[in-house]
Amino acid sequence: MSATAAETSEVRARGLGPLGAFAAAAFLLVSVVVALLVGPIGLGVGDVLESAAARLRLPGAVSPLTPTEEAILWEIRVPRVALAAIVGGMLALAGATYQGVFRNPLADPYLLGVAAGAGLGATLAIAYLPDGLRGQRALPVAAFLGGAVAVFLTYAVGRSARRERDAATFVLAGVTVAAFFTALQTFVQQQNSDTLQQVYSWILGNIPSTGWPDVWLVLPYVAVAAVVILALRRVVDVLNLGEDEAATLGVNVGRVRLALVVAATLGTAAVVAVTGLIGFVGIIVPHALRLLTGVGYRALLPLSFVCGAGFLVLADVVARTALAPAEIPLGVVTAFFGAPFFAIVLRSTRVAP
Amino acid sequence: MTAIALHDVTVRLGGRPVVDRVGATVARGEWVALIGPNGAGKTTLLRAIARLVAFTGSIVLTGRPSSELRRVELARLLAVVPQEPATPPWMTVAEYVLLGRTPYLGPFAKEGRRDREAAAAVLGRLDLAGYGERRLGTLSGGEKQRVVVARALAQEAPIVLLDEPTASLDIGHQQQALELLDALRVEAGLTLVAAMHDLTLAAQYADRMLLLDGGRVVADGPPRDVLVEETIARHYDASIDVVPVDGRVAVVPRRTRNGQSSRS
Repeated sequence: MSATAAETSEVRARGLGPLGAFAAAAFLLVSVVVALLVGPIGLGVGDVLESAAARLRLPGAVSPLTPTEEAILWEIRVPRVALAAIVGGMLALAGATYQGVFRNPLADPYLLGVAAGAGLGATLAIAYLPDGLRGQRALPVAAFLGGAVAVFLTYAVGRSARRERDAATFVLAGVTVAAFFTALQTFVQQQNSDTLQQVYSWILGNIPSTGWPDVWLVLPYVAVAAVVILALRRVVDVLNLGEDEAATLGVNVGRVRLALVVAATLGTAAVVAVTGLIGFVGIIVPHALRLLTGVGYRALLPLSFVCGAGFLVLADVVARTALAPAEIPLGVVTAFFGAPFFAIVLRSTRVAP
Repeated sequence: MTAIALHDVTVRLGGRPVVDRVGATVARGEWVALIGPNGAGKTTLLRAIARLVAFTGSIVLTGRPSSELRRVELARLLAVVPQEPATPPWMTVAEYVLLGRTPYLGPFAKEGRRDREAAAAVLGRLDLAGYGERRLGTLSGGEKQRVVVARALAQEAPIVLLDEPTASLDIGHQQQALELLDALRVEAGLTLVAAMHDLTLAAQYADRMLLLDGGRVVADGPPRDVLVEETIARHYDASIDVVPVDGRVAVVPRRTRNGQSSRS
């Protein structure tokens, strides 16, 4: 058996083509520019660019911004946009990963108990930690620990199943653990009704304007998670054939699945710890991309990462400007705009996901 | 040379032996049909050979105990065409067939020129040249079946296990698929083990038949020796005639007077 060069060149997997990569990068870039310019104090495109040039110490560049504007741009807006991009990218990437690994189109980062565990951790921190510890540092750590414990429990419960341990077992275990943690969280919340408001606002989710420390806090986790997932993206396509077929193709299903789930969960727990619960990103972004492009996971995963970043940056712009000076919880914005957008995409396409 | 040697293979599911102390050998280049009534253990035996289900006893593939092989080594030795393969509708034929190259790629690698050549060659051989860009969701049942076989062949494994490879095909496509498999067997020296329901078709293509009932091998030999009225009647609970046709045998169901199958 042999094939001509023409036949061979026709046989290729659709990767992240230049067009898709360019479109996704352009979407993210536009989102970032909009987010940097829009705010209570308007900044011009030219001024922002010149300020950036000055920061990069380009010869002859002098920032035209006042020191106050400089501070607003570099200490508030840029880190907030960076954080929104990191969080959005991670949530969308984790959603696509869970959907591929569990072959379940409804799987998202909140599966496996991540959100419920993080919610319990945050609630415990708000309710019981002394005031001095409750601030910026303790809450993310408590949420992260809660999320990690929940995932560990999910994994332990899933593994204890006596029947063959397939993907559905872990999803069921996740639902079980999530239900238990949500019950605990509600109980703690009811016992400490004085802190209800604080817990509630954390649950609704928002991107904090706390500057660079939060960015540096989540970045290592997200970087590691993204590298692992994107490196394994071809294998996610193989896993999509089911466990048996992936195994007969030489994939060590248990090990690869564990690596992917741990990476997605660590990244999710890290961002949820900082921002609270921002729903829908992990479902809407991958599904919209799937409907628009029809590509497999090897292209869908990087696309989800980039477009998820752009999506949440834009959603955050809406969250902080629509009712300015008040902020709308980001989780409300993602659901309010994301769900109808998804309905439109769903309606206008005939390609099954 | 022996491609597959089974010795005392037992698979228990829910405490019950579904495959019960099976012993058999398959020579290299041989086509062995696995026949038997529903629930006889055909699929489970294939799954044991592919190491998809836990078993006791020993399975030796081309001289190497399967339990000592790494997954990826096993995948280079043995390809599987499942009874109901997953065919994600959004996947293109090229992408699907290239998944067959997975055993030759590291977990982080992507397909190279050699892999695309192998996939293209298989597509050409199976009359699927030009199908590369088609989505699986747009294919007919017969085309889909060929694409699944193409993926298994792209694996370039010397042993191919097939579970009811023609179950969803009409008689013409059944013949085409089996002819093709037989031609590939001769060309590439493949060893084929196929679970089959259609005894007449199985008899035409298989060198040997392994009749399973209740998880045990109850007959093993050339079709002429296995397809005996008495044997089939006993194990399938069917009344049939075995009719010689041009040196081959055909299995014809026989209807009794009152419409009931008769067991004497």
